Amino acid sequence: MNMKRFTHKGLAAAAFIAMPSLAMAQEAAAPGFDEIGPYIMTTLLFCMAGFLVFFMACGFAMLEGGLVRSKNVTMQMTKNIGLYSIAAIMYWFMGFNLMYPGDFNGYVGSFFVPTTLDPVGVAAADAALDYASIGSDFFFQLVFVAATASIVSGALAERIKLWPFLAFVVVLTGVFYPISGSWQWGGGWLAEAGFSDFAGSTVVHSVGGWAALAGAIVLGPRLGKYGKDGKVNPIPGSNLALATLGTFILWLGWFGFNGGSQLAMGTVGDVSDVSRIFANTNMAAAAGAVTALILTQALYKKPDLTMVLNGALAGLVSITAEPLAPTLFGALWIGAVGGLIVVLTVPMLDKLKIDDVVGAIPVHLFAGIWGTIAVVFYNSGASLGTQLLGIAAYGVFTFVASLILWFILKAAIGIRVGEEEEMNGLDMSELGMEAYPEFSKG
Amino acid sequence: MKLIIATIKPFKLEEVREALTGIGVRGMMVTEIKGFGAQSGHTEIYRGAEYAVNFVPKIKLEVAVSAAMADQVVDTITKAARTGKIGDGKIFVLDIQQALRVRTGETNEDAL
Repeated sequence: MNMKRFTHKGLAAAAFIAMPSLAMAQEAAAPGFDEIGPYIMTTLLFCMAGFLVFFMACGFAMLEGGLVRSKNVTMQMTKNIGLYSIAAIMYWFMGFNLMYPGDFNGYVGSFFVPTTLDPVGVAAADAALDYASIGSDFFFQLVFVAATASIVSGALAERIKLWPFLAFVVVLTGVFYPISGSWQWGGGWLAEAGFSDFAGSTVVHSVGGWAALAGAIVLGPRLGKYGKDGKVNPIPGSNLALATLGTFILWLGWFGFNGGSQLAMGTVGDVSDVSRIFANTNMAAAAGAVTALILTQALYKKPDLTMVLNGALAGLVSITAEPLAPTLFGALWIGAVGGLIVVLTVPMLDKLKIDDVVGAIPVHLFAGIWGTIAVVFYNSGASLGTQLLGIAAYGVFTFVASLILWFILKAAIGIRVGEEEEMNGLDMSELGMEAYPEFSKG
Repeated sequence: MKLIIATIKPFKLEEVREALTGIGVRGMMVTEIKGFGAQSGHTEIYRGAEYAVNFVPKIKLEVAVSAAMADQVVDTITKAARTGKIGDGKIFVLDIQQALRVRTGETNEDAL
C-alpha cells in the first residue's frame, strides 16, 4: 500500500548514484521496457490525473458562480482564474521545492528554490526510472495546491476585495501549504510519526478549510445574512444548474485527485489499485449525495439540491484520506457519513454566524477531518492517535498562520468592500463589469 | 375603449390566450411579474434556514378592446384562468382615453 508520497529529490539522487552502472549497461544494450516501462506509465498517470485535477479549478469556479448572486459572478470567476494562475507561479517559484525538499529537518525546507525540469530529451540513464519525470510530478502536485486555494475562495465570496484575497493566495500557495505539506508528503515529521493521508483529506482539503474558516471569521458575514434576533436569512444562489455542473466536474476531477495519488502505474498491482481507487471514490461521492438527499427530505420536508451537491463533495473529501484500502461498502459508509456531516454542520455554522457562502468549511474541513479519522477502519497501519495528531498539527498551524495573515491584510489594506459596494454587487463596484449585463437582476 | 388588466397564474397563459383569440381578441401584452394578494407568500428552506417567499410569480395580461367587447373578454379570462384554488388572480377594467396605431396613424377604435 502506498501511504506516502516519495520525495522526488531523494529519488533523483538515488538515480544519480545508480547512473554510472546504468550508463555502462546502456553501452551493452538499450534499456528494455521492464526498466523504462514503469517510468513511462507513472509519468502518463501524473499527466492524465493532473489534467483531471486541473479541471477541478473549473468545477470550483462553476460551483461558486452558481451559489453566489448574479451581481457577484464576474468577481467569483476573476478570483478563480486569478488564484489558479497565482498558485501555478508560486508553486514553481518556491512551493514545490519547499514541499519536497529531499533531506530536511522534517519541519521546514528551503525557501525560494524555483523548480527546474528534466533536460530536453532526457536519457533513460538520467531519468528517475523508479518514479516519474519531474515535469509530470511538478504539474500533478501544483494542481493540488490550486484546489486548496479554491476552497478559500468559495467561503469568502460576495464581500471580499479582490487584491487582498489574491495576496492571501500568494502566501497560502507559496508558503503555508508547502510547509505543512512537507510534514507528510515531503517525508517530514508527520510521515515519520506514521500519519496517513493518501490523497489529502487533511493535507489539501482541511488546510483549505482552515484557511477559509480563519478568513470567514476575520471578514464577517455578508450584509443581511444574520438578523438582529439571531434569525438566519438565506441568500439563494443565482444558478443551480451551474452549481450542479461544477459539482459533476469536481467529481470527475477527483478520479485524478485520488487515482493519481497512487503515484505509480508501472505494475499490475499499481494499475489495478488506481482502478480500485476510482471505484471507491465514485462510491463515496454517490453515498454522500444520497445521504444528503434523504436527510434533507426527512429534516426539511423537501430535498435541498445545494446540500445534495455539498453531500457528494463531502463524500469525496471523506474517502480522499484512504481511497484504496476500503471495500466498496466501506467507501459507501465513509462517504455517507461525510454527507451526514455536511447536512448537520451547515446550519451549525450559521448558528455561530460564520457565513460560508458555498459550504466549503463543512465539505472540506469537517468531512476532511472525518475522512482522516476513517483511515483507521481499513488501514491497519494507521492509528487513531497519530491521525488525531496530524489533524491537530495541520489545524493549529494553518488556522493560526491564516488568522495572522488575514489580520495583517485587514490592518494594512482592508479586506472587505464597503457596505454600498457590497449591496450593489462586487461585479460593478470592484470590476465595473457584470456577468449578465443583458438580464434583469434576480 | 377599455383596458383590461388581468393577473393570472403563469401556467394558465396559454389557455387564456387561446380563449381570447377564440372570441376575436387580436392583441395582448404580457409581462412576467411577482406580487402578492390573498394568496400572500409562503416559507421555504434553503440550506437549513427558513425564509419567506413574499412575492409569488404571476403573469400580467393587458388587453385593449372596444367597450362593447369588454364584458365578454373579462368573462373569457375568468373562465380560462380559474382553477378554484387561492391565487387565481384578479382582473381590472380601466377606461382608455386615446389609442393610436403607430404604422398607419389610425386612432381610437380603429387602432385596436
